[in-house]
Amino acid sequence: MRKVIMGNHALSYGAMLSRAQVIAAYPITPQTQVVELLSEMCADKTLDAKFIKVESEHSAMAACIGASLAGARTFTATSSQGLTLMHELLHWASGGRLPVVMGNINRAMAPGWSIWSDQNDSLSQRDTGWMQYYCSSNQEVIDTVIQAFKVSEMLLIPSIVVLDAFTLSHTYEVVNIPDQEKVDEYLPSFKPRIKLTPEEPHAFGGLTSPEHYFELRYKLQIDMEKAPRLIEETGKEYEKLFGRNLGLAETHRCEDADLIFITSGTMGSTAKVGVDELREEGIKAGNLRIRVFRPFPFNKVRELVKNAKKIAVVDRNISYGHHGVFYQEVKSALYTQSNGLPLFGFITGLGGRDITPSTFKEIAQYSLKKEKPDEEIVWIGVNR
Amino acid sequence: MKKEKKMKLSIPEQELMNSGHLACQGCGATLAMRYALKALGQKTALCIPACCWSVIDGPFPYSSLEVPIFHCAFETAASSASGLKAGLEMVGDTETTVVAWAGDGGTFDIGIQALSGAAERNDDIIYICYDNEAYMNTGIQRSSATPYGAWTTTTPVKHFKDRPKKDIVGIMAAHSIPYIATASIGYPEDLVKKIKKAKEINGTRFIHIYAPCPTGWKARPEDTIRLSRMVVQNTVFPLYEVEDGIKYILNIKPREKKPIDDYLRIQGRFRHLTEKELNYMQQEVDKRWEKLLSHVENN
Repeated sequence: MRKVIMGNHALSYGAMLSRAQVIAAYPITPQTQVVELLSEMCADKTLDAKFIKVESEHSAMAACIGASLAGARTFTATSSQGLTLMHELLHWASGGRLPVVMGNINRAMAPGWSIWSDQNDSLSQRDTGWMQYYCSSNQEVIDTVIQAFKVSEMLLIPSIVVLDAFTLSHTYEVVNIPDQEKVDEYLPSFKPRIKLTPEEPHAFGGLTSPEHYFELRYKLQIDMEKAPRLIEETGKEYEKLFGRNLGLAETHRCEDADLIFITSGTMGSTAKVGVDELREEGIKAGNLRIRVFRPFPFNKVRELVKNAKKIAVVDRNISYGHHGVFYQEVKSALYTQSNGLPLFGFITGLGGRDITPSTFKEIAQYSLKKEKPDEEIVWIGVNR
Repeated sequence: MKKEKKMKLSIPEQELMNSGHLACQGCGATLAMRYALKALGQKTALCIPACCWSVIDGPFPYSSLEVPIFHCAFETAASSASGLKAGLEMVGDTETTVVAWAGDGGTFDIGIQALSGAAERNDDIIYICYDNEAYMNTGIQRSSATPYGAWTTTTPVKHFKDRPKKDIVGIMAAHSIPYIATASIGYPEDLVKKIKKAKEINGTRFIHIYAPCPTGWKARPEDTIRLSRMVVQNTVFPLYEVEDGIKYILNIKPREKKPIDDYLRIQGRFRHLTEKELNYMQQEVDKRWEKLLSHVENN
């Protein structure tokens, strides 16, 4: 079925088709439509789930964790301040190996209050042990929620599905809504081997001495390392059923590109337009949009950029005192094998400032002009 | 043949708490758990946030309890329990009683937002606060449940706690939840009866248990039960119930209301107090008792 829906509703439909059983959420702009539609779905039984209308995002995640521990499939959605309020519990969910899936609308952090897009909210959750997917279309949002549940439940690691504020959350696009029966075939019901039940009383998360703790974290990393392959496999499986592949990254004209942009989220689609326009001017540009940020697809990135002459990483975020986060990550992926490939780090679009095809032209001009970067951060569009 | 006479037990015989737990000598919280589980039975799931009980139960991979436990984040006893209950129901378990089991810090202070949220939604959980009147697990720091006058490591003798204990039952009553009760480990039959009653009610139920901490109160372990009875007899901690936030029921009305002096004297945490402060404390206890009696009479 084809429907014109907003990005936020794509999250709701994704949760509905995944047959989420417990939803606990708190409203925040620009996420509200996600939970409004889910409330209606729960009220009219389109979705057989319990919706706990909590008093904060912190409680939302706590309730999801409790429900997941009981063996229920759980979903929540938030943004920005809400996500960062959850921070403590993000560690709890991953450390407890609970496959909660959450939608996060990328919104800049206050102060000053901003409701517009940038990635500092989700990227500052980088080290919490959650998988992170960045989407560039409403279709990808709905598909990713379903895939995220599958991968999360296979690995017992939670996932965040990220979309940009307004440029995706409030943008209406035509979306193929997958058939429920086919989704059921793709995503069987959640049956954890160990769960909280009086039938088999265990204590979960008790005091863990140095004798055991280290191994628990080691295992989390080992399982996280299995995710890239699993995401590609489940992505191909998804393609067989629904005709759309869900991989670690998406490329556009990278094969023969001299200059490759590395992007994420909706600016990944904008970059494609920029690439096409640059190509018309005779500049061999390409775009690599990273879809999965955690685990970081080291091998995929290495493989996809190996023929490039220059790389321009575009960040809509900043790690203060360092670089853009994707720039750091790409550098760390390429350090051992880049053979001195010039790598430029651009920061643009913070707090929702527009990123347009001409942004990419400006980035291309800078990158082509210089042999290698002479600034730690190249700022685009900032008034100094 | 002579018919064998069977003793009728006022407290269930079943033990769901084993020896081997890590509590201090004379710990009131431990008795509270033992009695509570006797009332609740095995089909119970506990959410325990950071508190003495997150240690008492035993370190991974051990547990001294025969019921499942979720050791949850400090401020999430209520919200974790709400989620756990919803999750259990969605996987087909509608019978298990979900209990948030938290100390006073996790209830009166850091967890009060989540508790208020769950109570306002009337989520189907029992919230039990065992109250030892300070952050005992971290080494005796004041909480908002610490009574006026008490010494703790953050309210030193030179600047003892100068604010009254927060009225948590009043706060919970303001949420109009179906059932609230206070209980003391010195009155186990009353405690068990209330938890059994709570178990049969749907919605949010709140039980406030007085649980002495000899270590933190500078009291003798052998005085735990004595303190737990004195506190009721002198009405510092009266035993009562509140139904639907409106109907107050007094369970024990002391025949002779005892002064608080004896109670304070056997706790080192009050040793520094002068006559003036003792008189003030007695007046406050009297005022609160009168207020409670007026609630009971106005039902």
